[in-house]
Amino acid sequence: MRLAPFIVFALSLLVVAPGHAVAAPQPDEQMEDAALEERARGLYRDLRCVVCQSQSIDESNAPLAADMRAIVRERLLAGDSDSEVRGWLQARYGDYVLMSPPVQGNTILLWLFPLLALGGGGVAIVIFFRGQSARADAPLDADEAAELARLRDEEGQA
Amino acid sequence: MNRILLFVPLAIFAVTLVYFGLGLRQDPSAIPSQMIDRPLPAFDLAGLEAGDPGLSNTDLLGQVSLLNVFGSWCPPCAIEHPMLMQISRSGRVPIYGVDWRDEPGAGAAWLARHGNPYSRVGDDAQGRLAIDLGITGAPETFLVDAEGRVRHHHVGIITEDVWRNTLLPMIEELERS
Repeated sequence: MRLAPFIVFALSLLVVAPGHAVAAPQPDEQMEDAALEERARGLYRDLRCVVCQSQSIDESNAPLAADMRAIVRERLLAGDSDSEVRGWLQARYGDYVLMSPPVQGNTILLWLFPLLALGGGGVAIVIFFRGQSARADAPLDADEAAELARLRDEEGQA
Repeated sequence: MNRILLFVPLAIFAVTLVYFGLGLRQDPSAIPSQMIDRPLPAFDLAGLEAGDPGLSNTDLLGQVSLLNVFGSWCPPCAIEHPMLMQISRSGRVPIYGVDWRDEPGAGAAWLARHGNPYSRVGDDAQGRLAIDLGITGAPETFLVDAEGRVRHHHVGIITEDVWRNTLLPMIEELERS
């Protein structure tokens, strides 16, 4: 019964402190056009805050992230496509500014590694079990046959 | 055959160890600059105070120069400042300043208090030029050749060592060619 207050407190923390980062864009950053706003929000999530590094500009309160969001809105208003907006920032900050690295020569290993690991692990498991069953089915050699006969004899005498 | 297979996990571990060990030696906050050998973007910034000439990209043409991004809010900039004053006094290269994301008047007051090493200063209150230059923090400095192309991008404080062993040799090299 003593536990009850703690459980209530712990549950209240879940309500007060959301597990996922709250979006950083301020109300005054809202674009008038709802379709553009939706594209802007998508782009915010695709672009990395270059000072906070593991946050997107959608999650970051850093002044530089706010400036980058302003540029995203400005480019959208100027009629840029989503990939043109990403390209604009990529030209200035490099691939680093994209939250998911592009598939290209120096990142191909990064993208393929999970598949390679899964495939390699699968092959290893298959080889392991094949080997086990092969060993189990192999006919007994002379020593093993003799040992078996001896054990059988002992059993017979008992 | 099986004996050799036993050492495969150890080999994988060793390779990973070396790989991550090398990774630890890199500075994760240093993003490779995209500006090298590219012309400066076109810009035309107002001055910090009424009557100041401001700064445009054409001001940097015709002579090797430094373009330094600073802010009065930036503690490392205050550490770097005496070195900039020293370079400015030596008259070796002109230094142009970009006052990044400062409150109105704060940049001018800061320069009045600490001294002004800049030939010209532009006010980038909105931080637009900073993003155009691929700035991630202050201070950052570009070495710009006489044609207005960026030849070197230094992230962080210009120390005596950076000036003498990196910037100065590059400046001499650029002026020779």
